[in-house]
Amino acid sequence: MTSALGGAPAGSGIASRPGRGNPGSPVRLHRKRWGRTARWIGWLWVLPALLMYGFFVLRPLVLTVQYSLYRWNGIGAARWVGLDNYLTVFTDRDLLKIISNAFILIIFFSFVPVVLGLVVASLVRRIATGPAGTLVRTVLFLPQVIPLVAAGIAWSWVMSSSGLVNQVLRTVGLGSITRPWLGEFDTALPAVGVIGAWVMLGLCTILLITGMSKIDPSLYEAARMDGAGSIREFFAVTLPSLRQEIGICLTVTIIAALASFDIVYISTSGGPGIQTTVPGLEIYRLAFSQRQVGLASALGVVLMLLVLVCVLPIQRLTRGEKP
Amino acid sequence: MNLTSRSERLTGRIFLIALVVVTLLPFLSMLSAALQPRGTVPTGLAWPTDPQWGNFADAFTAANMGALLKSSMLIVAGVVPFAVLIATMAGFGLGHLRVPGGHFAFGLLLLGLTLPFEAVVTPLYYQIRDLGLLNTRWAIILPLIGLYMPFAVFWMRAHFINVPRELSEAARVDGSNTWQLFWRVHVPLARPAVASLTILLFLWTWNQFLLAIVLVDDATKRTMAGALGAFQGQWGTDLVLLCAGSLLILTPTLIVFVIFQRQFIKALLQGSVKG
Repeated sequence: MTSALGGAPAGSGIASRPGRGNPGSPVRLHRKRWGRTARWIGWLWVLPALLMYGFFVLRPLVLTVQYSLYRWNGIGAARWVGLDNYLTVFTDRDLLKIISNAFILIIFFSFVPVVLGLVVASLVRRIATGPAGTLVRTVLFLPQVIPLVAAGIAWSWVMSSSGLVNQVLRTVGLGSITRPWLGEFDTALPAVGVIGAWVMLGLCTILLITGMSKIDPSLYEAARMDGAGSIREFFAVTLPSLRQEIGICLTVTIIAALASFDIVYISTSGGPGIQTTVPGLEIYRLAFSQRQVGLASALGVVLMLLVLVCVLPIQRLTRGEKP
Repeated sequence: MNLTSRSERLTGRIFLIALVVVTLLPFLSMLSAALQPRGTVPTGLAWPTDPQWGNFADAFTAANMGALLKSSMLIVAGVVPFAVLIATMAGFGLGHLRVPGGHFAFGLLLLGLTLPFEAVVTPLYYQIRDLGLLNTRWAIILPLIGLYMPFAVFWMRAHFINVPRELSEAARVDGSNTWQLFWRVHVPLARPAVASLTILLFLWTWNQFLLAIVLVDDATKRTMAGALGAFQGQWGTDLVLLCAGSLLILTPTLIVFVIFQRQFIKALLQGSVKG
């Protein structure tokens, strides 16, 4: 490749602009033609990335769609079933419950971190400047750095019968409500959500702090001249200025919620029952333990589309106009 | 700013401290469990009278940490440099050279930006099997490079699109060709963007779980996160050892974070501005 590119004439893309030489002179025509060829040669730069992407992402993506139209156990012959698998995804009560679980997780993975992150970010901006602020940011960011698997193991322990949560509850005299939080029917899904919120809070906080530091201070002065208190100031100045950052937080965290896998796999394996099973885990189970490759693929396509349906409007709303 | 009342300040401070404590508690709780004598049943957070630091050594052996570290490093070494290189080249081609029809390629890549790995993991399994690569590190390395391309190219393109074109024209006058231009002028300038991308890809590779458990059975050929999954399966009942092992396995990423903290946060800033 080096030789191909190295051999390109000293005049790709940029030099093909009109400029030196008389218009219409043979020299310029020659340069122009060479320029165009050189611009096509530019594709060589893009090609390696595209090939890897095409072979390990686009090809499997097309195959997923293809598999989703068949009934196949992964070994024998596949049987064409049309849209039957999709029908199953949208009518099977268990699968619907599994999809709704992912949406419930959005509350914990997205809304809690964004709201809490806004509070933390404005607090850090007001009262914790300097080293204290750095410390808060660093600590809150730690959960984002460790493997989600480790977060799952840590919290499984913290929320277990003899874990820290129950220990604290017993100490403050709430021994009656202690339980294995991840193991009980009603508390398992929120408990998984708490792990997600713990992981996502730091990311949101840092993005929001950054956004706040870019807000023009004169806006705050103007608000204060109008006699706005800190609450009004927040809603009138801070929140609207952070539209773009909030959009990014929501996008990243909603994808993390809908496509969650690691945390659930480690902390509950989807149990009890299917209380905490999410689409990602169900795809894994269907494809690799139950050998229902077609159904797993249909669920994969649906998951991909759900992510797009949730994320695209956010992008549009928060990105439309830039100040 | 000094309009903030004293009580407001105090509540705010208490709230922040509480949040920091809650964030750290799971780590401390794991540490306290990891230091209990083997075979005991630890409770939430209780500093042991006689901390058993030897448990970490036991976990190191039980988890086969040496082999795991080596495996993770091999996978990172296979993924990150190559992914960063081809993404930088593609970002250069799309953002600076502006190849004809580049918008089409870019659109195709954007398609993968929000793609959950779960949506492609099933066919990937069969594809990797047909290539005869199941249960080798290539099974994780090759797909990861492809899966990173949407974000990585997006990232590098955002950098190159802001580089003034006059810069290249000046270099052209010196008679250097595109390849030399790329390496001598543009790569040095792109260093911050490349550094951020490298850190992010390192972290995502090290922590990759799904591909590791689907495509590689042998824990000693997996990523750190994948190995941790296997470790939990094996030692799930021995809480002391599990906590010690988990702490060992998450330490490398913590170290990298502490060292590169500023770049990490800068990477995020850039991501938010450009993303």
